[in-house]
Amino acid sequence: MSLPPEIADWFARQGWQPHAHQIDLLEARGDSLLIAPTGGGKTLAGFLPSLVDLRDPPGGLHTLYVSPLKALTADIARNLARPVADLGLRLRIEDRTGDTRPAQRARQRVDPPDILLTTPESLALMLSYEQAPQIFGSLRRIVLDELHALAESRRGDQLMLCLARLRQLAPGLSVTGLSATVEDPAGLARFMGGARIIHADPGPDPDIAMLATARPAPWAGGGGHYAIPEILAQVKAATTTIIFINTRAQAELFFQALWAANEENLPIGLHHGSLSREARQRVETAMAAGQLRAVVATGSLDLGIDWGAVDLVIQVGAPRNVKRLVQRIGRANHRYNAPSRARIVPANRFEVIECVAALQAVSARDLDGDPRGPGPLDVLCQHILLTACAAPFRADALFDEVRRAGPYRDLSRDDFDACLDFAATGGYALRAYDRWQRLMLRDGVWRLRDPRAARDLRMNVGTIVEAEMLKVRMRGRGGAPLGEVEEAFAASLEPGDTFLIGGQTVRYEGLREMVVEVTRQPTRQPKIAVFSGLKLATSTQLSHRVQALIGDPAGHDSLPRDTRDWLALQAGVSALPRKGVLVSESFSHQGRWHFVLYGFAGRNALQTLGLLMTRMMEMAGLGPLGFLATDYALLVWSVDPVTDPAPLLDRAGLREGLGDWLAGNAVMKRTFRTVATVAGLIHRNLPGQRKSGRQATFSSDILYDTLRRFDPGHLLLRITADEARRGLVDFDRIEDMLDSSPRLDHRMQHRVTPLAAPLMLEVGRVPIAGQGRERLAEEEAAALMVEAGLA
Amino acid sequence: MTAHHFDFDGHHLQARASGALFWPARRWLIVADLHLGKSERIARRGGTLLPPYEAQATMQRLAEEVAATDPAGIVSLGDGFDDNAAADALPDAVLSGLHDLARGRDWLWIGGNHDPAPLSARLPGRCLPELADGLVLRHAAGTGPDVSGHYHPCLRLAGARRRCFLIGTDHLILPAFGAYTGGLCATDPVLRRLVPSGLAVACGSRALPVPLPRADARAASARPRMLRWR
Repeated sequence: MSLPPEIADWFARQGWQPHAHQIDLLEARGDSLLIAPTGGGKTLAGFLPSLVDLRDPPGGLHTLYVSPLKALTADIARNLARPVADLGLRLRIEDRTGDTRPAQRARQRVDPPDILLTTPESLALMLSYEQAPQIFGSLRRIVLDELHALAESRRGDQLMLCLARLRQLAPGLSVTGLSATVEDPAGLARFMGGARIIHADPGPDPDIAMLATARPAPWAGGGGHYAIPEILAQVKAATTTIIFINTRAQAELFFQALWAANEENLPIGLHHGSLSREARQRVETAMAAGQLRAVVATGSLDLGIDWGAVDLVIQVGAPRNVKRLVQRIGRANHRYNAPSRARIVPANRFEVIECVAALQAVSARDLDGDPRGPGPLDVLCQHILLTACAAPFRADALFDEVRRAGPYRDLSRDDFDACLDFAATGGYALRAYDRWQRLMLRDGVWRLRDPRAARDLRMNVGTIVEAEMLKVRMRGRGGAPLGEVEEAFAASLEPGDTFLIGGQTVRYEGLREMVVEVTRQPTRQPKIAVFSGLKLATSTQLSHRVQALIGDPAGHDSLPRDTRDWLALQAGVSALPRKGVLVSESFSHQGRWHFVLYGFAGRNALQTLGLLMTRMMEMAGLGPLGFLATDYALLVWSVDPVTDPAPLLDRAGLREGLGDWLAGNAVMKRTFRTVATVAGLIHRNLPGQRKSGRQATFSSDILYDTLRRFDPGHLLLRITADEARRGLVDFDRIEDMLDSSPRLDHRMQHRVTPLAAPLMLEVGRVPIAGQGRERLAEEEAAALMVEAGLA
Repeated sequence: MTAHHFDFDGHHLQARASGALFWPARRWLIVADLHLGKSERIARRGGTLLPPYEAQATMQRLAEEVAATDPAGIVSLGDGFDDNAAADALPDAVLSGLHDLARGRDWLWIGGNHDPAPLSARLPGRCLPELADGLVLRHAAGTGPDVSGHYHPCLRLAGARRRCFLIGTDHLILPAFGAYTGGLCATDPVLRRLVPSGLAVACGSRALPVPLPRADARAASARPRMLRWR
């Protein structure tokens, strides 16, 4: 296919020249994966072949566009409208997301548009309807946008299962994946089931550097507030700036501090995932209209609409991951052929080193990324159930189809059968549900026993299980919605407490029909809303770079002077962590023994290591009292000193601890809740149900404990262990740490060492429970009784 | 402390850490809301297939309580079964377990909203709508003073949720004993009306008494109800 003259004319009338990769994609046969930086006309490239085809619409659904963001589908619909109108194409372009009205959805099922724009969840839902073969039978092309982002989550695994289904329903369709720059294009192509890779011109190297500040970064902490004067000066000099902050809580605090110093009242907005949709949309609209000079944002602006005018990105806090840094820098893309400008602001001394290491990685174009494991089985369980909602199926045929999805290409028949058994019978060792199976096998075909179950199963579509969130609203009739906080945080509030949300300090008044009611309270010092989700840990590759940078004094020239002096002092007093060596120190401080392990394994893994090591210290009688984990180091304090770390790092002992002790940990229970929800064992809470407040539902922790006790070999426990290993528990990185640093170098010291000093100031200390929780509860109960005059 | 000792309506009683109530003068063990057969009922109605072990888990805990207190009688305060059909469909192993526990003892099944009809003939003991014998025992609190279940009260202590007894002047409300049961927060307005002041006894590995905050409209809506999957 080549560019037809009327479309070439259209480009010329816009004053544009088609990019080489746009023509490449047009001429490609079969499936393609386009890798292009932000602003490279990626989306138009994806649609160009469809527009060429649709000069003469064959009728029925022709092109399906899938994006991770609802907002993108609406944006694309607007962007496509112009060329379609200019070219005089008679096309229907519609979107279909969770926000689409029921009447429109019903009509789309009977009479689909030529181009349908949707999200992975809405696609999975549509595929679960009996009419799926009619809707999708005519499909010729699929465009998968922001595939790099989807491929990092379970949403992508689900999308690939749906893609395999679509290939079955519409043989001969061609698929185009669109991705930002990634470390492993071939891996991404395999993920989408194989594709020819097209690289767009990556454009000039970015202009990226550390932001020079009058004051050096503080020793500890994560706010980055010390750099506010310089950041404001940068914002003033640029047209539009995005200031990325790593967490929502820090974004709230930073925004407040920024406004306190914003004497010229530069228009600056705040954008993060816990703000209400209305608040986010206001900021997006103001941004698009060029009314804002800066937006303080979290990952919520990593993807999405191109804000044409952004010419500067400031990253506050260590980037944690080089690939994400590069993608963020790409947001400053006001002109395709001009270099993106970005400045990095480390939040503390350790982060200075991480930022320098990340800059070196960017200039070496050495991207990182932890390869995703095979497709998770809970997602497959959901897919099997949704497949049964659409139509009866044969196990052999479904197995073959599933294996054509990239993440499931190596799926074993045993695992598939275990998932099918779970979907049909619950998969319990005690075969209790022979009469009430969810799926019945009759004449070699699996079908729903009770077709009414389809409704519940469809309500449960999706692979993202959020922590329970409560809406926050100003008190009074028609009070403005402000955003959401985690239920666990809301439960910790007493009337009169203040916290920060949406850049303002509010006072907690009470809870009404599952909505947190607040009033304005501008003066008091606020609490910080906590979001206990997975903390993004520094990537394996970047951690290795940091360790190597610290360990090689020859490379210290690249570091700021105060950081260089700090490391030189450490080298003199103790030892520098270095490649291949696991350095640790023991010293006494304020009557407690402290043990520091410079593991560079990321905060999730080091937190797990903290739990496992303190358990072994308890058994060895060292009296551990608490620990603290950062991305770089683990600090444990105890009654007696650690003199030899080797037994505490014994691999077999750690694995054993992971097996029997960590299994009862809250981290595992949280992972189980996600797995059980995705697999369809428990149903999501829907807003309407939560309000009713019946006492009939109960905690998923009970199911977890029951399964562990009575059915320890159950499929969902196996999936939970696999997920936790890779996610919150991150045990794989503990093993990687032991593999890559096989030599131990332990130093007994007389006092706090220079490298350990910042750790002593960090927050986030975890006390060791032992019998602790019960003791705490007893003390609290006793105190309450005394207070009430009852004891 | 495996039990909290207290007086209610002129009788000496023990709120046990397990969630069972023991009445030493009669040697009765009283449990509320066993909800046996819950997973079977959900599956039967085309719902999800929960781990089918809740009857086993509940029976084990009940057996431990029976062994610890050696009661003359066992009282189920209603909702012993998730519905009447669940009582009929009880697996043989669970049924024989019930008969073992009932041997040499009286067993009273008080009807609840889930199991209102007289129960299956396969069960040991007798069925009654309610019982007034020294204490008034019924499923849901009525005209006090009475001892009841139904609401599955629970509370938050040191950051963790626990099932609890509510001990007021007019009503003594037991926590749910069954394994697959949720809870209604003790601060919920419904419970605050029934027990406006008094004591809660949190269950767990020990029975921990805590005072109930004074009921007023603001406090009643102050905290989220803890009712959901989490």
